Amino acid sequence: MVQTLAPATRTGGRHGGVGDAIFAGTARGLGCFVLLLLSAIIVSLFIGGLPSFRAFGIGFLWDTTWDPVKQQFGAGVPVFGTLVTSILALLLAVPLAFGIAFYLTEIAPDWFRRPVGTAIELLAAVPSIIYGMWGFFVIVPIMGQYVMPALADTFADVPVLGTLFGGPPFGTGILTAALILAVMVIPFIAATMRDVFMTVPPVFKESAYGVGCTTWEVMRSIVIPYTRVSVMGGIMLGLGRALGETMAVTFVIGNADRIATSLFDPGNTIASIVALEFPESPAGSLKLSSLLALGFILFVISFIVLAISRLLLRPRSA
Amino acid sequence: MNDAAGRSSQIREAGSEIRQTPAMATMQARSSEALSEPRISIRGLDFFYGSNRALKGIDLDLPDCQVTGMIGPSGCGKSTLLRVLNRMYDLYPGQRAEGRVMMDGANVLDPGIDLNQLRSRIGMVFQKPTPFPMTIYDNIAFGVKLHERLSKSAMDERVEWSLTRAALWDEAKDRLGTSAMGLSGGQQQRLCIARTIAVRPEVILFDEPTSALDPISTLKIEELIDELKRDFTIAIVTHNMQQAARCADQVAFFYLGEMVEVGSATQMFTAPRQKRTQEYITGRFG
Amino acid sequence: MSSTMMMAGAAPARDARVARALSRRRRIFDRLVKGLCIVATVIGLMLLASILFTLFWRGFASLGLHVFTNITRPPGSHGGLLNAIVGSLIQTLLGTVIGAPIGLLVGTFLAEYASGSALGNAVRFVSDILLSAPSILIGLFVYTILVEPFGGFSGIAGCVALAVIVVPIVVRTTEDMLRLIPIALREAAVALGAPKWRMIVQVCYRAALDGIATGVLLAVARVAGETAPLLFTSLGNLNWSVSLSQPMASLPVTIYQYAGSAFDDWVDLAWAGALLITIGVLALNIVARVALRPRA
Repeated sequence: MVQTLAPATRTGGRHGGVGDAIFAGTARGLGCFVLLLLSAIIVSLFIGGLPSFRAFGIGFLWDTTWDPVKQQFGAGVPVFGTLVTSILALLLAVPLAFGIAFYLTEIAPDWFRRPVGTAIELLAAVPSIIYGMWGFFVIVPIMGQYVMPALADTFADVPVLGTLFGGPPFGTGILTAALILAVMVIPFIAATMRDVFMTVPPVFKESAYGVGCTTWEVMRSIVIPYTRVSVMGGIMLGLGRALGETMAVTFVIGNADRIATSLFDPGNTIASIVALEFPESPAGSLKLSSLLALGFILFVISFIVLAISRLLLRPRSA
Repeated sequence: MNDAAGRSSQIREAGSEIRQTPAMATMQARSSEALSEPRISIRGLDFFYGSNRALKGIDLDLPDCQVTGMIGPSGCGKSTLLRVLNRMYDLYPGQRAEGRVMMDGANVLDPGIDLNQLRSRIGMVFQKPTPFPMTIYDNIAFGVKLHERLSKSAMDERVEWSLTRAALWDEAKDRLGTSAMGLSGGQQQRLCIARTIAVRPEVILFDEPTSALDPISTLKIEELIDELKRDFTIAIVTHNMQQAARCADQVAFFYLGEMVEVGSATQMFTAPRQKRTQEYITGRFG
Repeated sequence: MSSTMMMAGAAPARDARVARALSRRRRIFDRLVKGLCIVATVIGLMLLASILFTLFWRGFASLGLHVFTNITRPPGSHGGLLNAIVGSLIQTLLGTVIGAPIGLLVGTFLAEYASGSALGNAVRFVSDILLSAPSILIGLFVYTILVEPFGGFSGIAGCVALAVIVVPIVVRTTEDMLRLIPIALREAAVALGAPKWRMIVQVCYRAALDGIATGVLLAVARVAGETAPLLFTSLGNLNWSVSLSQPMASLPVTIYQYAGSAFDDWVDLAWAGALLITIGVLALNIVARVALRPRA
């Protein structure tokens, strides 16, 4: 059925241009809105914390007082707790995550990789409050009844480690919090490491195998150097997550108001103290302002860590 | 296909004797139709990727309702020229064209030209078949809806007409509502052709349309082009000289951004005037 | 006895004994490392098993019809979690409805309009920061803008807090998915005379639909379990309320309040709620990854 070509009647016209302007303008506007959002968060936390900064000065950052009665607050205890729990958590998590990633990329039989990989990703998807509950109801009793007494006995007479593992074994405390944080962060870092390990071009690994390297030697001399930067980025990303984690820590950290001397002591992180003290902070009070100031400090720390991690992970946009 | 092989090997021996074959007779018969009035006139066209000049002073006419083939080694500007004609390069900052591309008395390169309208008059078929992630029907209707308001029955007719002219109607008529991604490579390319002609352009640009297809699909599409030129002005870029010899009325040879020579297909393949043209055609480089 | 043969001009022969000894040591070490990695993986899987097992054991024990039919009540009054469940559904849904379109358009902006520009890089950077920023700070932020000035906690503040968390997730997946679309497809649409916005909406979105939907589902899964941002915005409500201008109950916050309490039936309900959240989140994740897997 071949028809002759009738002259075309065009109804198209300039309306395409208007549509383009609206769409592009909206997209660009919302992009700017995202920038505004971040600025707003920083500014609002800073302004909210300003009364506290003014009242206590720069010493707020390391003052370890937290006294609602005397209206004297300091960031020392929570900042200390945040840093200690996060770093400890990473020390525990990174080797395990590395082991899992190594296993997934080099050792596991093919049919096993997908299910284990999925299991790790599902672990990463579990909400943090679940970790908190599991930590409180399962890990804390184990810590209090078995692990902590065992650690205390083992290191009782060792000079530094003795104090570190001393103190009444309630089961809660900094060590337990670090442990739960580590469990939370492991799947995340393991998945990142696995993805990064898989970017190594097979030809590099094959050339190493070709001269007779064992699997571990290939890992050590080819894969790790090749992915070193991205792996660091992934670890920093895990650190960023650990720093701000609230629910996993709040259940088990014990809510203390002084610096811990032992890992068994209760403590506080910025996130946990904000969560725990907020209900008793009336609007406009110095206490609330101190909490907001703590939030600002946490934001600054997280921002720096996340920015570094991004620099390491995404060099193309740097 | 043997014709083409025979013809091309004989062309390669050209320079001394030229043996008459039936295919040659077809080509000669075609060349006796004079080239018609130009649909598009290109004058003094320069094209720049940044500061790098990719096209130098191109002067070329595209005759109305005939096929212009563009041949030449890789990277010599053929596809670039094609993409100037429908202002496709506008999508990419840093690319610009200078000169005149005249169609109906207006310069296509003029900044005031409505690009969407222009592209409804000059259509393009790409090297890789690119069906949209929609049904076959919607693929065809997509372009039409941009420029015309048709009733459902008029749109149905248009879809049928396009698919028929693209030699795809019989294979597609029972599956218009299924996804276009289910078609084979050759069918997808014919769908892209149908989609392009559905908006009833005046000119169709083919950018190496069969280089990703098997020989049978290639043949079908070449036959299609031969049929389409009755109603559309066609420009086709091809790496395959035999394809140009089969399909084109006029052939232009490009080398390093310059148009070395242009003439009727017969003349270009039997008695090229320029040495470089002859060297390319006889396979000395490419 | 070493079996070296010295010939003039030949390459130095390997001492086979040394090579064997080295090889054995390297193999032992390699096996040791592999063993440790297997142990690490086993530990990881055991942790997962422990969490899921505890959850399912204590959760299912506490699950009953009353969880779904009764609202939260004081301990000992046979309460349930109805208002918390409904509140979570409302806030998650609304938060996604607010946040996903914003994320979609910003992701589109990054992929289609701002590929290498300074503005695009800045937006991408900020979006990445927001993606991993502590959610408790998002909660504090929304508190300062939507709760303090208006004198009260509200459901809508909770929705906004969740929306802020949704946005960067959807931005990232949208941009990644749109970038995967081949240039030829875009040019084909433009060559027909489509204006850019139609090319994006009618062709690109369609082509990337699966990936974008996955991103949205993953965002929903993430905010469904968030507790901290809601503590400062919708606060929680022990009564029945679906009003957006009043405090609204949510599952995570109720779990938080109940789990730390001294009452057995409340703790049981906390486990039931935890189980519900986990099932929901895992189901969403599985649907997103499996059902919407990119079709080859």
